[in-house]
Amino acid sequence: MMLRIFVPRDAAAVAVGADEVAAALAAAAKKAGAQVQIVRNGSRGMLWLEPLVEIEREGTRFGFGPVAVSDVDSLVKAGIFQGRPVADIKHPLAIGVVDEHPYMTRQTRLTFARCGITDPVSLDDYRAHDGYKGLERALAIKPIEIVDEVAKSGLRGRGGAGFPTGIKWKTVHDTPMGQQKYIVCNADEGDSGTFADRMIMEGDPFLLIEGMTIAGIAVGATRGYIYLRSEYPHAEKALNAAIAAAKKAGFLGPKIRGTDHAFELEVRMGAGAYVCGEETSLLESLEGKRGLVRAKPPLPAHKGLFAQPTVINNVLSLCAVPYIMAEGAKAYADYGMGRSRGTMPIQLAGNLKFGGLFETAFGITLGELVDDIGGGTLSGRPVKAVQVGGPLGAYFPRALFDTPFEYEAFAAKDGLIGHAGVVVFDETANMAKMARFAFDFCSIESCGKCTPCRIGSTRGRETMDKVMAGEDTARNLAIIEDLCNTMKFGSLCALGGFTPYPVMSALTHFPEDFGRPAPKLAEAAE
Amino acid sequence: MSRFEPWSEERTVEIVAAHLHLEGPLMPILHAVQNAYGHVPEEAIPVIARELNLSRAEVHGVVTFYHEFRRELPGKHVLKLCRAEACQSMGCERLVERAEERLGVECGATSADGRVTLEAVYCLGLCATAPSAMLDGRVVGRLDAGRLDQLIKEAQT
Repeated sequence: MMLRIFVPRDAAAVAVGADEVAAALAAAAKKAGAQVQIVRNGSRGMLWLEPLVEIEREGTRFGFGPVAVSDVDSLVKAGIFQGRPVADIKHPLAIGVVDEHPYMTRQTRLTFARCGITDPVSLDDYRAHDGYKGLERALAIKPIEIVDEVAKSGLRGRGGAGFPTGIKWKTVHDTPMGQQKYIVCNADEGDSGTFADRMIMEGDPFLLIEGMTIAGIAVGATRGYIYLRSEYPHAEKALNAAIAAAKKAGFLGPKIRGTDHAFELEVRMGAGAYVCGEETSLLESLEGKRGLVRAKPPLPAHKGLFAQPTVINNVLSLCAVPYIMAEGAKAYADYGMGRSRGTMPIQLAGNLKFGGLFETAFGITLGELVDDIGGGTLSGRPVKAVQVGGPLGAYFPRALFDTPFEYEAFAAKDGLIGHAGVVVFDETANMAKMARFAFDFCSIESCGKCTPCRIGSTRGRETMDKVMAGEDTARNLAIIEDLCNTMKFGSLCALGGFTPYPVMSALTHFPEDFGRPAPKLAEAAE
Repeated sequence: MSRFEPWSEERTVEIVAAHLHLEGPLMPILHAVQNAYGHVPEEAIPVIARELNLSRAEVHGVVTFYHEFRRELPGKHVLKLCRAEACQSMGCERLVERAEERLGVECGATSADGRVTLEAVYCLGLCATAPSAMLDGRVVGRLDAGRLDQLIKEAQT
């Protein structure tokens, strides 16, 4: 009997040696004469366990991790190549049944349901695990019914802005037919602390293809582009392999599944410009121009790519669509809280013991995520600050750990959930330095079109240098506050407009790092 | 011998022609040109502009806007160290200092022997296995001083 062994192909696993482990396992199997098939799956998202090697017995998968090449011999000796019951396999790296691991059982995986389980580039595997059921239903109903379903699900843009996806789609749907419309996927995942887009594109690329195809049918768009950041070569490979397979099987092309719907899809690479994650800058870049932000209106839905009606959605928004179509809007909307419906693939990162991908319904608190699921800091030192939502997100102190993870609750505390990256810092972090970094990053990445962002970020960095040198602190901090106000309200896009979030939150919650008196004890002890 | 092709106008025209069927072909063309020559040579700009019926200024503007497009040849190996927040939380700045010291260059420059170009990158999406690096196309996570030294040694030989 052929035994299947799973070793992830996810870049995070590869970065810690998965390719070498897979090669060593293959060589050991050959030497032992064992009938073994090594499947390069996506990652399960328990990244502290990578490389996570899984073996399969009667449809149940057992894990070992983190596996190094030097562990392969002992794994073979323990009997992973033999068909005997897994209970007999004793190994210090064994983590038991992967699906029963508490990190997995506590999640609600709608978007990441298949990630880590299937062979990402096998269309058969995708279909065997409920893939393309959403498209099947979409092809059976009217386009406007697809739009309604997405609207009813309450899905909001997962890129960070949280704009209702259904409204975007409806706007493009309502533009006159007979003109070229586009679906553009924003896969320019540049925020530090976020990797959900990368993981799903590498681990389940057909899901994104299916989501975009459904979007195309819904709004009458026959062409789609995935704008992918160039830092993600593994995702590029996976997407292109999946697109080729989907084309061959008639899931993409001039007649999708033999219907009159056409949809062509292409991956386009960015070139290391953070601002291209802003939707209008991204469209400029796709057109072959400098990634300068456009003033809105006109909205991309009316005049987007090449001035044509365009749906531009984040990877995770599009990847939520197949579930919504297959299971119905209500099934999705039943999860979540308030106006944040459904699930969010949260990324736990930075100085954290159990970093990884944790998909759950909106409403879990920040404290649960950091202390409970994330296990606290990897360094073992106390948590000082948590940045949620990437480089433009606020730094939260422990005092705000009771904030539920959802759009409005974070906004009410002067923060944002953004693309749901959570980066944990221990007490060695200097928050004045982090504030300076926020300005510095903005000045490096500013497209230069608007003055508050272009000049403000540079002046902000210079002023922070003075603050950090203890020069005229009170006066310079007043300048910082004033500057943040100008940037927040005067910038054309979120880069300049949101840079004040990390700066002001650092200053508000950690004034002692800026040479201001520490917050009152009652507040600090909370 | 260089890993890259020598500059050739004819070859550049070919590269452009191979992308003309695309909508908005300039970015894919610049990527292809950089793949061929290791950078976007100054001579390429007027050729691309002519073939696409754009002004030189437009092409120059695009090349200089994106961090990824190089104006000159990199060293034999390119070592990118991530300096974004998640990697900072795990001490990447100390590793950047160490690399700068070992290679005798600042981030963004090439070592005197032309072997290693050291660059900062803002996020490789490996934020739960930080700090991260990329040596040529290869990603490396859970970087520490020992693994960094190994990478540098590998790049120098």
